[in-house]
Amino acid sequence: MKRTAVLLMAVLVAGGLVWAQGLLINGAGATFPYPIYSKWFDVYHQKNGSLQFNYQSVGSGAGIKQVTEGTVDFGATDGPMNDEQLKAYQDKHGSAILHFPTVLGAVVPTYNLSGVSGSLNFTPEALAGIFLGKITKWNDPAIAGANKGVSLPAGDIVVVHRSDGSGTTYVWTDYLCKISDEWKSKVNKSTSVNWPVGLGGKGNEGVTALIKQTPNSFGYVELIYAAQNNIPYGTVRNAAGTFVKADLKSVSEAAAGAAKDMPEDFRVSITNAPGKTAYPISSFTWLLVPSKIQDNAKREAIKGFLTWMLADGQSYAEQLSYAQLPKAVIEKEKKAIAKVQ
Amino acid sequence: MQSAGPISGSRSFLSKLREGDEIARLITFIFAATVVLITVALVYELWTSSVLARHKFGLHFFVSEAWDPVLDEFGALPFIYGTLVTSAVSLLIAIPLGIGASIFLAELAPPRISDTLQFFIDLLAAVPSVIYGLLGIFIVVPMMRNVIYPALNKPFGFLPIFKGPSYGVGMLTAGIVLAIMVIPYIISVSREVLLSVPRDQREAALALGSTRWESTWKVVVPFARTGIMGSVFLALARALGETMAVTMVIGNTPKIAASLFAPGYSIAAVIANDFTEATGELQTQSYIELGLVLFLLTFILNGLARILIIVTTQKGSKVSN
Repeated sequence: MKRTAVLLMAVLVAGGLVWAQGLLINGAGATFPYPIYSKWFDVYHQKNGSLQFNYQSVGSGAGIKQVTEGTVDFGATDGPMNDEQLKAYQDKHGSAILHFPTVLGAVVPTYNLSGVSGSLNFTPEALAGIFLGKITKWNDPAIAGANKGVSLPAGDIVVVHRSDGSGTTYVWTDYLCKISDEWKSKVNKSTSVNWPVGLGGKGNEGVTALIKQTPNSFGYVELIYAAQNNIPYGTVRNAAGTFVKADLKSVSEAAAGAAKDMPEDFRVSITNAPGKTAYPISSFTWLLVPSKIQDNAKREAIKGFLTWMLADGQSYAEQLSYAQLPKAVIEKEKKAIAKVQ
Repeated sequence: MQSAGPISGSRSFLSKLREGDEIARLITFIFAATVVLITVALVYELWTSSVLARHKFGLHFFVSEAWDPVLDEFGALPFIYGTLVTSAVSLLIAIPLGIGASIFLAELAPPRISDTLQFFIDLLAAVPSVIYGLLGIFIVVPMMRNVIYPALNKPFGFLPIFKGPSYGVGMLTAGIVLAIMVIPYIISVSREVLLSVPRDQREAALALGSTRWESTWKVVVPFARTGIMGSVFLALARALGETMAVTMVIGNTPKIAASLFAPGYSIAAVIANDFTEATGELQTQSYIELGLVLFLLTFILNGLARILIIVTTQKGSKVSN
């Protein structure tokens, strides 16, 4: 009995030592890139056995909050931190926080119209009008004009939006701000806003369930969610005037268009991007990494991961339906890694 | 203790400890005290963590309809309204159904059937609320749109509460789903209370020549009144705080509409939905203040319930005197 206890203790102590030798890096934030992040962290852990990443997908807002408070080693967000948040971080830590784009995502308009099987075309004016509550019927000329030959019902449009705060909502409202001055002044952009009209569904799945349940409904979901669940979605007319369907290529295209004048801190919105084939409701998603990391081992581990993520890591993106970063952005980010000290 | 005489007085504290009385007293006292401590800690935490929002909005928080995270304008009224309306609707449906069923199970049904049904009712009470939410989305929502809405809107559409279009989701739908959730509580507790009514009460009523139904309705049910009310307040407490099932079917729109078909929002639902993604400090604190409001609401309603029980019990005993 005693010997078993001693043995058990020995095993526990040894286990503790092994555990202590491994390095654990904690992160928290956006839910949208969670599938690819967990894949990356898993693959990276297999390559570097002693290194372990622990990522909690608690939401962009919580990610920003936790990294500012210093309870995690890095954060992640779907919408870049605003100036106020950057200042709060600077005040607390005496150093800046850096944004590193990782992959790209997009938001697509989806609908439930009986008798309409093909994908509908939406102009920016139609999208803003519907979400402002100004376009209330499906056969409104603003919608019908872009869909010649499709017989649209005369029913009322039931607008569905996210009820939870979300990066998806941030991207959607950011786009509406760019194409409609009225939206910008009345509603503006955020992870959750004061919606002029519509019902709220929790999460992509909640919005999808509501749309499937409600005839004549219209809403927005993440591209990956729509693709994986075979939800029909429409095309959107981009800044160049072409109707573009969201896919990996058209989303990457949007990033490439914006890469040319990418600011030094990578906080850039690529909604309504120029480029003939660019999908207009696209966005980067970012890792938030402190520019000063005291712990040597942690700093090198995070820098090592960022370097790997920009090289080999990108190849995992497409199998999980994320669009890869454009080459120009990757080059720029590689230089930015040196800023982490 | 002191009045118990010299014998107990002479017992030393140590000897009492040895006999276990004091220890048992102390331990159970600590357990009882934790309940109070937790309540106090809850209120303290909610109060101190919402200081920014309380100072900025003051009492205006209770009457403001604004909920704009971009402009940092927050008001609780639509959420209070949604919480109260859905809970009231659920009780309106659940009370007659629940009490009726419990009377049948306790008084009229053969014991075998009663026990079997009780098993199913306990099972229903233990079903997680997210399952009721799914039931709501896939069964109640389409039923609402295709059956209940036309049935109520056509004949009673002139009433403000049945006016306007229905999206399937809305406050009435949430109320119905809540009713389905709380009925098992009412039945389960009320049945136990009715069964514990002494036999001689029934026998006395029957001996005086009343029918079975008369003895049940005029003697047994009034006797068990306090317990039945207790079951209703348990149901109310659950309805007020229910989160998942409500958010799945209420429509999540912070607007006040007279129509029960209109979408709304409840306090618990908005906290669950938005809290993790709140961006500013003021927004986070406003959610915490909403939590405080919900606590207050529960506190007030529970207080009213106590008063109601005291008042009706006194009235009842006067009649029986």
